[in-house]
Amino acid sequence: MKFDYIVEGGEFINAGIASAKLKKVLKQLGIASDIIRKVAISMYEAEINMVIHADGGHIEGEITPEKIEVLLIDKGPGIEDLDLAMTEGYSTASKQAREMGFGAGMGLPNIKRNSDHLNISTKLGVGTTVHISFKIT
Amino acid sequence: MKIRRVLEILSAELITGKDLLDEEIDYGHGSDLMSDVLAFVQNNILLLTGLIHPQVVRTAELLDIKAITIVRGKVPSDELIAMAKSRDIVLISTTHSLFTASGILYKHGLMGEETAHIEI
Repeated sequence: MKFDYIVEGGEFINAGIASAKLKKVLKQLGIASDIIRKVAISMYEAEINMVIHADGGHIEGEITPEKIEVLLIDKGPGIEDLDLAMTEGYSTASKQAREMGFGAGMGLPNIKRNSDHLNISTKLGVGTTVHISFKIT
Repeated sequence: MKIRRVLEILSAELITGKDLLDEEIDYGHGSDLMSDVLAFVQNNILLLTGLIHPQVVRTAELLDIKAITIVRGKVPSDELIAMAKSRDIVLISTTHSLFTASGILYKHGLMGEETAHIEI
């Protein structure tokens, strides 16, 4: 089963809607709750990043009997230093992001911790694609 | 602990969720940082926070958190309240600080969520 969501930029209130939608779908499919939890946390963090840093983008992916694949694709500024961005506590987020309880440099480490596979391809001035996958079996 | 009991202990005000007061919560967790909540919380908790951005409700939704206690008497927006209502999340408001509200609940037997983690 494939899915596709548009993430609007600048809409801090709506950030996380796609993650909540996918969570509902996974629940309906009867996926184990510990896996749903990992997917929800990872995708939410990545979706927040997309809204904070890249003015939105889109999320696509696929659910198969073996795994859940999520691709978050944006046309934002790109990540200058990926190793630094992966460091817990490092953040370039705005005051606005902090006001919503994010931007403390926990996002990417949190995604890494909750996923079975994380790959980030990024190019300055072009955008970032975050590929996250989760094993079901 | 029943959510109803949290209201009594804190002499708090219920904002939304009157039909859900008999739901049980197992632990408490206090934080203004939603990333920390996402990173550390693994169990059925009462979330105590001084943050009133609607993303608090979204965080609760994604982690299946049944109840949020807003501390320091902060007043949430109608938007936040509507979000909580439509997701069956109980919203409680207390004038106590995060520290004091947590302390009162702890004194009445509600443990910190981290105590449930095997590695601690």
